[in-house]
Amino acid sequence: MKRLYLRRRLINRAITVASIGAAGFGILFLLLVLWKLVAEGLGGLDLDLLTKMTPPPGSDGGLLNPILGSAVITALATLVGAPLGLLAGIYMAEYGRYARITVVVRFINDVLLSAPSIVIGLFVYEIMVVPMGHFSAWAGVAALAIIVIPVVLRTTEDMLSLVPGGLREAAAALGAPRWIIIGKVAIRAALSGLVTGVLLAVARISGETAPLLFTALNNQFWSTDLNAPIASLPVTIFQFAMSPYEEWQRLAWSGALLITLAVLCLNAFARLLAARQRSK
Amino acid sequence: MAASTYAAHAAEFRRRATWLTAVDRVFHGVTLAAAIIVLMLLAGVIVALFDGALPALRQFGVGFIVNEVWNPVTEQFGALAPIYGTLITSLIAMLIAVPVSLGIAIFLTEFCPIRLRRPIGIAIELLAGIPSIIYGIWGLFALAPFLQKNVQPPIIDALEGVPVLENLFAGPPYGIGVLTAGLILSIMILPFIAAVTRDVFEAVPAVLKEAAYGIGCTTWEVIRNVVIPYTRIGIFGGVMLGLGRALGETMAVTFVIGNAHRITASLFAPGTTISAAIANEFTEAVGDLYTSSLIALGLILFVITFLVLAAARLMLARMGSRPRA
Repeated sequence: MKRLYLRRRLINRAITVASIGAAGFGILFLLLVLWKLVAEGLGGLDLDLLTKMTPPPGSDGGLLNPILGSAVITALATLVGAPLGLLAGIYMAEYGRYARITVVVRFINDVLLSAPSIVIGLFVYEIMVVPMGHFSAWAGVAALAIIVIPVVLRTTEDMLSLVPGGLREAAAALGAPRWIIIGKVAIRAALSGLVTGVLLAVARISGETAPLLFTALNNQFWSTDLNAPIASLPVTIFQFAMSPYEEWQRLAWSGALLITLAVLCLNAFARLLAARQRSK
Repeated sequence: MAASTYAAHAAEFRRRATWLTAVDRVFHGVTLAAAIIVLMLLAGVIVALFDGALPALRQFGVGFIVNEVWNPVTEQFGALAPIYGTLITSLIAMLIAVPVSLGIAIFLTEFCPIRLRRPIGIAIELLAGIPSIIYGIWGLFALAPFLQKNVQPPIIDALEGVPVLENLFAGPPYGIGVLTAGLILSIMILPFIAAVTRDVFEAVPAVLKEAAYGIGCTTWEVIRNVVIPYTRIGIFGGVMLGLGRALGETMAVTFVIGNAHRITASLFAPGTTISAAIANEFTEAVGDLYTSSLIALGLILFVITFLVLAAARLMLARMGSRPRA
């Protein structure tokens, strides 16, 4: 009897240690990544980084054109993708809550949410770059917009579903039509939640590299022409990190740190908003 | 007088009501159209990829999938090496990430002091959101040199003469290669699987666990006999979701895989994956057949990941869980 107890306790102890070890191991590696990122990137995080153009190999410079390029395509992609995601989410949570198509769209959307982003790049290459005959910032915008849609749709539907039905019924009892109920009651009640979705989407696309490789391509120079290739931070990091030039590699690290900080801040802020929405 | 005011009011009311319902109909239509666009996106991706892949598929037929040769000069293209690379790197990643992330999930739900649960949980979720290019650049500059210098040479020396293992870990130590790519992938999907499985574990009703504790079970016995059986499908779904991620991941792999279209027994040798081959070669591909072959690779990747992700979602849905990533 005593031996049985001892064995059970020993097994329990072993599993406890193993699981704490696993947690420690995982967290250690993740910290190693962050630590290296800060150690390598922090040194280059100065005013030059934000005010100078990408240099030719072997000289100093900054990341001004990729930063602005990223800002432009991220903003435009959000402007294109977010409204689509919002509208579709509104349909699924409001008009079509019990419709059969909602179930299908929900499932497909969840799959698209984690579909390989490089395939999205290939898709946009086929439907935009090939017909237009050249790479362009617009193609990059389209690729990122396609990634925005599922993120925004998902959060929108979730957040609208959290709005109590009683609010909608109260408005309906006053004779308000559906669109007024949706616009003035449901959306208003879920507003910070809907903003969360958009923020999450921005965070998601600001680090996306693969879909830009053969849509927006890259540009060594300053460009505001949306019909021409445009530089972006992730693609520049990719190119610079793979290069043999030390200056470029340093810039790549600084750029990586910049993206990580931006993404972490966006995600943290979005979580904060979402938590506030849920506790309402 | 009064009657005509009444009539005017009624007319005005009817006019407004018609207008309101008309707007409603339009809004209904617009939102429905947006939902349908999502469906059309998926169909569009499949059709466009298939269309782009057609020349290669016509040229090579089924042989495309089973042929290892990838030679742009002679325009011979076979997908076996990248398919193998995708599967083997994902397998390595899963072998490491699944036990570790299950350990993290168990730690977070059972052993972790309550005060630390939320901060650690949030930290893991935030880490799951870090762009994959960051893991890639870390792999290239930190992990690969470390493996090359401190890990691979002793392993190669130690296993010399041991059958099977000798071939699996054959030199020279490049640092980059299939194993390194698998390791990076595992670190990348780790927070992801951990976050999903933790959510699934938390869905176990407290009464069930309390009942088991009440009859004297140890924590491990509760986990093994209550938590895991209750969440089996959910765990499997979470793991499949991670697998879908690993299969389709591009940037974390491209940096460290070495981009060599061949299948070697050694895990230390450079290889390639579907996504890495596309990322590395697409813009440099000359000739329609080359481009088409790369798109065919993309189509294969999309079909594989779609099946894996769909299975994952269905399993998680049975647990009533819908992870948001």
